[in-house]
Order: sequence, then C-alpha cells, then structure tokens
Amino acid sequence: MPLQSLDIVRRSATTTPSPMARAAAEVAVAKLIDTSKCIGCKACQTACMEWNDLRDEVGSCAGTYDNPRDLTDQSWTVMRFSEYENPKGDLEWLIRKDGCMHCADPGCLKACPSPGAIVQYANGIVDFHEEHCIGCGYCVAGCPFDVPRISKKDGKAYKCTLCSDRVAVGLEPACVKTCPTGAITFGTKEQLQHDAAERIVDLKSRGYEQAGLYDPAGVGGTHVMYVLHHADQPALYSGLPVAPRVSPVVRLWKGAAKPLALGAIALAAIAGLLNYVRVGAKEVDPADEAAAEREKEKAHG
Amino acid sequence: MTNHWVDIKNADVVLIMGGNAAEAHPCGFKWVVEAKAHNQAKLIVVDPRFTRSASVADLYCPIRPGSDIAFLGGVINYLLANEAIHREYVTNYTDFSFVVREDFAFKDGLYSGYDEAKHSYDKSSWEYERGKDGYVVSDPTLAHPRCVYNLLKAHYARYTPEMVERVCGSPKDKFLEVCKHLASTATPTRAATIMYALGWTQHSTGSQIIRTGAMVQLLLGNIGIAGGGMNALRGHSNIQGLTDLGLMANLLPGYLTLPKDSEQDYGAYIESRTQKPLRPNQMSYWQNYPRFHVSLMKAWYGAAATAENHWAYDFLPKLDKGYDMLAVFDRMFDGQLNGYFCQGFNPLAAAPNKAKMTAAFSKLKYLVVMDPLATETSEFWKNHGEFHDVDAAQIDTEVIRLPTTCFAEEEGALVSSGRWLQWHWKGAEPPGEARTDIAIIAGIYRRLRKLYETEGGAYPDPILKMTWPYARAEEPSPEEIAREYSGKALADVADPKDPKVVVRKAGEQLAGFAELRDDGSTASGCWIFAGCWSEAGNLMARRDNSDPTGIGQTRNWAWAWPANRRVLYNRASCDPAGKPFNPARKLVAWNGKAWAGADVPDFKADEDPAGGMGPFIMNPEGVARFFARGAMAEGPFPEHYEPFESPLGYNPLHPKEPRVVASPAARIFKKDREALGKADAFPCVATTYRLTEHFHYWTKHVRLNAIVQPEQFVEIGEVHAKELGVRAGDRVKVSSNRGSIRAVAVVTKRIKPLTIEGKPVHTVGIPIHWGFKGVAKPGFIANTLTPFVGDGNTQTPEFKAFLVKVERV
Amino acid sequence: MAEHDRPDLIERHGRQERLQHWVVALLFLLAAASGMALFHPALFWLAAVLGGGTWSVILHPFVGLAMALVFARFAAPQWGDNRLLPNDRVWLERLREVIEGRDEHLPEVGKYNAGQKVLYFVMVACVAVLALTGLAIWRRYFAGGLPVGVVRAAALLHALAAFVLVLGAVVHVAAALWVKGAVGAMTRGTVTIGWAWKHHRAWFRQMIRPTGGR
Repeated sequence: MPLQSLDIVRRSATTTPSPMARAAAEVAVAKLIDTSKCIGCKACQTACMEWNDLRDEVGSCAGTYDNPRDLTDQSWTVMRFSEYENPKGDLEWLIRKDGCMHCADPGCLKACPSPGAIVQYANGIVDFHEEHCIGCGYCVAGCPFDVPRISKKDGKAYKCTLCSDRVAVGLEPACVKTCPTGAITFGTKEQLQHDAAERIVDLKSRGYEQAGLYDPAGVGGTHVMYVLHHADQPALYSGLPVAPRVSPVVRLWKGAAKPLALGAIALAAIAGLLNYVRVGAKEVDPADEAAAEREKEKAHG
Repeated sequence: MTNHWVDIKNADVVLIMGGNAAEAHPCGFKWVVEAKAHNQAKLIVVDPRFTRSASVADLYCPIRPGSDIAFLGGVINYLLANEAIHREYVTNYTDFSFVVREDFAFKDGLYSGYDEAKHSYDKSSWEYERGKDGYVVSDPTLAHPRCVYNLLKAHYARYTPEMVERVCGSPKDKFLEVCKHLASTATPTRAATIMYALGWTQHSTGSQIIRTGAMVQLLLGNIGIAGGGMNALRGHSNIQGLTDLGLMANLLPGYLTLPKDSEQDYGAYIESRTQKPLRPNQMSYWQNYPRFHVSLMKAWYGAAATAENHWAYDFLPKLDKGYDMLAVFDRMFDGQLNGYFCQGFNPLAAAPNKAKMTAAFSKLKYLVVMDPLATETSEFWKNHGEFHDVDAAQIDTEVIRLPTTCFAEEEGALVSSGRWLQWHWKGAEPPGEARTDIAIIAGIYRRLRKLYETEGGAYPDPILKMTWPYARAEEPSPEEIAREYSGKALADVADPKDPKVVVRKAGEQLAGFAELRDDGSTASGCWIFAGCWSEAGNLMARRDNSDPTGIGQTRNWAWAWPANRRVLYNRASCDPAGKPFNPARKLVAWNGKAWAGADVPDFKADEDPAGGMGPFIMNPEGVARFFARGAMAEGPFPEHYEPFESPLGYNPLHPKEPRVVASPAARIFKKDREALGKADAFPCVATTYRLTEHFHYWTKHVRLNAIVQPEQFVEIGEVHAKELGVRAGDRVKVSSNRGSIRAVAVVTKRIKPLTIEGKPVHTVGIPIHWGFKGVAKPGFIANTLTPFVGDGNTQTPEFKAFLVKVERV
Repeated sequence: MAEHDRPDLIERHGRQERLQHWVVALLFLLAAASGMALFHPALFWLAAVLGGGTWSVILHPFVGLAMALVFARFAAPQWGDNRLLPNDRVWLERLREVIEGRDEHLPEVGKYNAGQKVLYFVMVACVAVLALTGLAIWRRYFAGGLPVGVVRAAALLHALAAFVLVLGAVVHVAAALWVKGAVGAMTRGTVTIGWAWKHHRAWFRQMIRPTGGR
C-alpha cells in the first residue's frame, strides 16, 4: 500500500504476516460519539451519503423518527431513537448513531473467507475492500454489532469505512466534520478516552451516576466509542450490546475448526493410502471366481 | 438576537421556550452544547413536546400550546415575590420607578381605552405621568402606588404557581424548578439566555409572549450582558436580512416606517418619529431619524431628492390600511386583487387555511412565482389527487413561473440571527434558465420604466426618478447594492464639532451611521447597515475568528449591525459607575475617558457614567420598559389570553368576561372568526412545527433530505393513541374546522396529556414540511388545518395553537 | 434385466444409478472444492475450480442444492439395501480385521457391508444438514431474513457436516480404490461373480437364484 496511513496490520483469510517493516509510528485513531450531546439531527447520515456517494431509497415513515429504518449498503450510519422513562419518572430520549464500531478484534475480519476483502489498518480502522469481496456474507454472521450489509446491486458487503480515504490524508470522517453540536469527535483513541472522561465527570455532576465510556473489552475495544449516560445499561440505546464479543460459534467455526477439520481429512486420506500400501489391494483371485462358479452351478441345479 | 450565537457559550442557564433550537437551529445549538460542556450551564426546555432540544436538557417542563404568557407571568411573579431580581440593574436601567398616568387602568382582562367594535385600544392613557419640566415623573423609592414596579407586581400577583399549573398544565414542581434556575441568574455574575423562535411568534399573542420573556430577562439583569439576552432564532436565511431591509409592508429599510395616509405632511412625519428624550440627559437615538430617512431617500432618488421636495417624500406610498400577509390574502379572497408576485414565498403552503388560499389565488388574473423550485403555489390550479383536489377547468388564473437562482448560486450577504452580515460566494452556476432575483427585478423595473417613458401614467416620478447607477443596468451586482446600502458621502461631510474638519470626503464609503447627515450630503440604503462596506472594503467578507478575550467576541469575523456591535445594550453589562457587573465576562467598561472593551460600546463612547445616561439609548427614556406604553396593541403589560381556538372556551384568568377569551386586539376577519372550531367538536390542541431533517417546503425536493425523513406524519401521545386505538405507523386523519389531512401516526411518550382546569387535554404535533411537489412522499399541506388569525402587532398567524380532532383511518 | 450376456458377471449398479452416482460425485467435487476454499484460507486456491471466489459464492449454493437433489434421488431407492441387520454388528465389531484385509471370520455380507451402510446414513444425514444449513446461510436469498444467531449456528453446522461428508468421501474413495473391482462396479455396472462371492456373499447367493434376485 503506497499510503503509509493505510498500512495494513491484519488481512482477512491470510495466513502469512502483513507488511510490518514500517508499522512503528502509527497511532490508533478513534471516533467518539457523545450521546449526551447528540440531538439526532441526522446531519451525519447525510454527510455520509454525500461523501461516500450513497443514495438510499426514499422510504416511508413507520411511526418513528428512524429513517432509513436500518443500516443498508446505502446507509452506513443511521440514528436510532428510543424513549426511556427513568426510575424518577422523567422521560429520556436516547438517540444513538449506529454504524461500524471498528473493533480491535473484528468478527467480520475473522469470518471473512476472501483474502484481503477485510483489512485492519495500523490506525485501527477496519475496512472492507469490496473488489476482493466475494459476497458470501460471512462478515454479517461474524459481526457482533450486526453492521455489514450486502448490496443487492453487486452482492458485496458494505459498511462504514470511518472515512479511511479522508483519514488517510489527515481529514476527519465526514460525519465528524458535519456534526453541528460536536457530539462526534475524531482523534487518537487515547485523547478521546481522556475527553470522554471529562464528559463523564460533567454527566455525573448532572445526576447521571452511571455515565461512562462504551469501549467494550470483549472485542478488544473499539475505534468507535460512545459516551453513554447509562453505561450500565447500553441496551437502552436501541439494543446496544451489553457485552459484545465475537460469537463463540463464529470463533469455533473460523478458529479451531479450521485446522482440526483440515487435519482430520488429510489424516483420513493418508491413513487410507497407508493401509492400502500396508495390506495391499483387496483382489478377487481365481479361486474365488471358481468357488463362485461352483456355487452358481449348484444353485441352478 | 440581542446577543449572538457564539455568546450563548457564556450562559449559565439557557432557557429554550417557544423554540426548538436543536431541531430547527442545530448549527447554532452547538453553542448551547458548548455552554453545557465548558460553562456548566443548565439547559431548560419548556415545550408542549419533549423535543430534540429536550433530549439534551437538564430540565424539561411541558406546557400547553398558547399558554406561554401565563407561564412567564408566573416566573415574573416568582422573581418579584422572592426578590430574585437584579436590584441595581432594575432600579437604574428600567422604568421601575416611573409613575404611570392616573387614568391608566386594567380591569377584567381589558386595559383602559378599549373599543369593542374596532377590537382595538385608544392607547392615550397607557403613558407615564409627566412632570412640570416635561419629563417623566420618577419615584426612586418605588413607594408610589402607580410606579411601574408596583403596577407590575400587582399585575402578576395573580400568576401563582397553582394558576400556572391550572392554565399551562405544567406540573408545579417542574415550574418551580424552572423558576429557581432562572432566579439563580439574578446575581451579577450569572447569566441566563432565552432562545425562542416561531413557537412564540406564531400566536395571536406572540409579540406579548416575547415581551414577557424580555421582562423576565430585565428583572434578572440579563439584557446587555455576555451570556444573556433575548435571542430570537431566525428561521431562514435571509429572514433577518429581510426584516432589516424593511420588506414588511409597513416598513422602510432599517426599521424606518412608511408614512400613513394621514401623514401627507413631511414635517409632521419626521417630527412624530424624531423622539425627544423623556428623561434628562438621555440619548434617545431616534432623534437622528431625519438623518437616516434623508440618507435613504438620497440612496433611492439621488439628485431627484432635494430639500425643496422634502427629499422626494411624495414619492413614498402612504399606507391607507394594512398590507400584511393576512390582510392582502383576505382581499385577494374577496376578489379585490388582480395580480400577485410571489418572490421566494410559497404561500399556498406557508399561509393559514389552505382552502381559503386556494380560493383566493383562483380569483387572480395572474400570479407570478419567482422561485428556484416548482412550488405548491405555482401549481395551486392543478389537481394533485387527495393532496390537493381542485378542478383546473374552474380556475382561470394565469401562472407565470420565473425560475430563480438559489442561495448557493449567487453571492451576497446573509444576515444571521446574531445580526451578522456574512458575505458568501457563489458555489455553483444556476441551472437552465434560472436567473438571479436581482436580474429579474431589474428586468421588470426597466420594462416598467420604459412603459412610463413611452406611455406616461398617473404618477410616473417614483419610477422614473429612481437612481439606477449600476454598471450593468440589466443586472446590478450584489457588490454595488451592498455598497449602496452601506452608504457613501455625496459631498464632503464635516465634523459636527468642528465644521472645518472633513470626516468623510465626497465619494467615499461611509464608516458608519454616525456619518449620516440630514442635509442630503450622504446616501445610505439601510442606515443600520452603514459601515458594512467602508473605505476599508467589504467587512462582511472578513473571516478572522480570533477571539482575544475568550468570550466569543470575534469582531473581525464578518460584520454585525449596528456598527459591528455584537451585543446590544452592552452598556447595561456595567454598573452605573461603569464597572462590569461580571469582570470575567467583560464586554465594555468605562476607563475614565471612554467606553471600551471586547465589544463596540452601545453607548456614547465618551459619555461619563456620572451623567446618568441610560443604557437603552434607543428608548427616549434611556431605560428599558416593563410598561410598554403604547408600543403594543394589547396593552402595556402582557396578559394571558387563550388562543383563538381554545380547549377551554374561556379565559381562566377572567372566566366571566367573554371579550377577553382570546386577545381583544388580534388580527381576525369576520369570515375567519366564523371558521373557528370549538372544543366540543375538536377537542385536541394542535401545534405545527419543523423537523431537523427538512427546511420548510424546500428540502422535500432534495433526495438526501427525503431519504432521512421521507413521509408525512403527525405525533400523538401514547395515552391519546390508546384512546383512539392507533398504533405507531397507522394512518390517522386530523381535522380542524377548516379541513383535514391524513398522515402516519408517530405514537410517542414525548407528548403527555396535560390537565388543564381539571380536564385532560391532548396535544397533537403536526410537522409542516410536506406537500404535493418534490421527491419525498407526497403529503398534505399542514396549513390546511390552521386558522386565519394573526397577532395584533405583527399579524403573524397563529400556527402554534389550534383545535383538531384525530381519527383512525 | 442384465445389460450383458456374460455369465461370469453380475450387475451391481444399474445405468441410472451409476449416472446419478457420478453426477453426485462431480457436484460433490465442485461443492467441496468451492466450499473448502471458503472454509480455510490455505485452500482458497480451490475457488479457482468454479472461477474464483465470487463465482464460488454464487455457484456453490446451486451446485450444492443440485447435489442434494440428485443425491436424494440416488440414495432413496437404496434405503432398503442399507437397513442394518444383526450380522452388521458383528461386522462392525470386527472392523479391525476388515481394515487388515482378513475377511475369513467376517459374517456374510449382503449387497452392502455394515461400513457401507453406516457411510450411507452418514452421507444422507450430512447432505440433509448441508442442504438445510446451506439455505440458511445463502446470503442472496435467505440469510437476511433469519436471526443472526441462527445464521451463525447454521454456518458452523454447515462446516461440520461438510467436514464429515468430506471425511466420508475420503473413506468411500479409499475403500473403492482398495477393493479392486469396486470401481468397475460403478463404471461398468458389473462385478465378477467371484467378487460378489468374496465381498457380498449373501447378495451373491440372492443374485444367483434362478429368479435373478429381483
């Protein structure tokens, strides 16, 4: 990769090491989504569509503010609105910008069978390279956040790239650039964790005792993080997973099962061959034929 | 805005009421977020719905649409009763101590001088008492029973928390919490800002609601200070510029006013507007009215405006009656108009009572629509099925569409809510045959002029003698027009203190309105904009956001009217001796010789505070008014009146007085009064509003906006929905006495039934953005439902509170 | 009746059966190649068999489905011949002798020996599981409509069933190559009577009855 900013550290379906010679200085980047500053204006959605040249269908209203209703190959981010009456009896309108979390331990990459279709850059961004995508949808099964979507147009998987093209040249993602309230920020993961800590102090002072940062360890942490008023109940935010991790089923499928199965098959073939060599072919000799002939004649009287 | 967007970051308390800044002003709302993040500000939202603003608020309090005066009156009562007022501020900078005339009275909801037949007041008794010296009588001890303070206290004593709960449906504990937060800013070092928008203006009592808010701010000493103010969030670019340039039918540029039919005499016209000080040593800036007026006439008529012809006074139209939107459309409905020009206006969608509007347009001979988009108005004659069911064969109106450029296809200045004139540049070439509004208007002007030249006419002078000094007569450039409204010297302008000193040479651009003269030596097309394009060039194009004081006073970013001043009345941020009330957020201060600081002083720059000049220099009394005198149609103190369509049918403050159920001085025509609905048939309170995803009726033409909010919906509360048997996503029919619409139901916890005078009242939320043109799913025009009623001062329609019923389809 | 007139041969697999077998075999090879390509990166090169990764993803489900259908048609009539009988237990208990090639003490075997029968049922089960789970993870048509947990489980089961099936196929092929004459049974359709006598004596006796065993 000519751009150092897009140096790849992990590549799907690849058993050999990625180029590492110049991987030293790259810092982990991240996007911080502060739900306590988000007003659900959907500017990020339109910025995403504009920058990435995506145009979803003009849908319909399903009786909520959520439009488009779900992530699609044309909508890499959507706002999810949920109304929550807290124990004090006050209403809270919890709005969450949904999209790829850019896991440090990405389930999609783990599941992907096509070499190089999913990569992880040294800066932490998990990116789909659609030209290598074979459209199997394993990434969908592999993702603990239900993010990738297969396009009906070309059968390939799409999701938020964290604007890797912008980030590569020193720009912030389009959604960050456009967010009018500063609810979405971009920087090094370390800096954003620090900023989040400051926000959490503020939220606690406003009575959100359980305010916290969502950076789930189960997937090795994420490069998209949330400041939540109720970090103890992420599910309140339209079903944000409480303890996301790459499913054990997927781990088995794309982990231990692979070498074991391959080994077993090879072993079986080798064993068959060796047995053949050891025992020799099982042949019918003339004596058998003669015995058969005798018996046949007897039978026919 | 008295202040500006960036200044909101200085607030300690932010009250959003009568607006939904997060929803409708998301970009400016960032400063609320900033105030919360870095100034520990508390955000309070008072709204009929739990809005997007409420979603990030510290405190939300529900309110019944149209009961804002009751709520704010309750706040005033709380502040006065608990002495939570900025004493030094109100004593020195308001009319607290002024004595009101003896014949002024308020009884059963009516002020003295009411004429029931005309639905208006003789306001002569709404005045201060004058002393022998001609000045207003003042009692600094506040002991006088008729001083403004005592009248105010008595007036709002009725607005108890219990009354607020009964009338507004706002729970008493929440209301008191709002009061406490606001009261915390009565100290000199804390500031509260009020952010409002159409949720206050679009009521039959809209102007008075805003006044009540301003009174709260005055009591707290929050006007003129950083982080304070009354901040009107202007809805669209360039609506602030439109108001500033006098596009209201009764205004001239810079809030000068058109003469009335009765004002044929120039001297009397000028005299009545040149306000003399009402107290000793007050500035009374409107004393300069002649300078502004003459400079305007010189800008328009150049050499043809002379002292002899009273600066072309006769060229100005004289108002025989109101020409506001409602009045004009009512006349159109009556068949009194032949033609109508819609420039950047989609009245079929934007004006109340679509059925009446359709009938009105159908009576025109021609309708010209200047717009970048194919608007609903331009197709009012065409059948669009259930969404607009008309018979084209029955309509003879000829519609002419003149496609215009949109904002991104032209350059010029846009005025923000914070009064900043920001120059912007063309981003793209216009499509097809679209031309700029300037080119179209210039083309019409030149053809008219030619017709008058060749064919003559009743009075051709106002057209023929107009100056047209532009390089390309067929399309004046935005730069030329900007230079014209900023103004220039026509002859050498002398220093008034020393006539030998020339402060501005002939032909030069003026530095500001201080250089305007009433002798014809200066021209300025809009005095408040004077100086925006000075000899230093186009100051509106400046983009230096340095903020040396750290309080958001970026004086080299664009240019703010007036005089690049960022916070109006900033003298009031200092105590009477000229020291800042809050040194940490110093806007200006007296340094012993002059006023200076982070802002341009809103004061006479070298005026020693010892002289006692008041900070409210636009008022002839030098101080701010609780007692509005004759400035308002309904009375000097705001009083709660019900919306014209009230779920109660009586005024809970005056249950036995039928004349004061709704505003006694509002704009309503007889036919429209008959079209009002009653609570027995239409039991729910409806309110219309905007969504973040859309801008008015424009963005339904835009794919991206249509994707993120595709289809018309109405919002109803869960309890209401349950009663109706409606679930989220079902279709419902919403009807008022004027028509009905059908839309998807958004069923929400964010709207709760309110208990008003003991009975439950449901609120129905109706976003306005849909119509039958565009790429979003076609929908009904929300204003099918709204009543043709206007505020008594601004004639702004009552879009925010009316009665409907909801049924399952 | 027999398609040959040589008295020293017995028909073991009819023409249609043979055809079905080889169609299944071919489809299996294609499905297995493309499937294994998606299963382990070390085998991704096998995707070339169907024209690369994307073609593999597009064609594999159709190939697999076709295989399952033909296999069903192929395997259904053999159900009866594969019923496990008491003798089969004995046979299985002496599997070691089978592998060693010592047939002397094995019970008489019908058309299929117990190993073949077990393999038959394993394959039937695997193909059924593969077909069902394959539909569930077929992204283009079905996977989107199922809960992600179901898709994940299906993917794992699919891989598991494929693994077992491939393993079975390896045993099947190894046995066929080992037992001389078996390949001919599935190509020509016939075995010598000596072959039948030696490997499937019960079947042999059934076949030499004058009625022809049918």
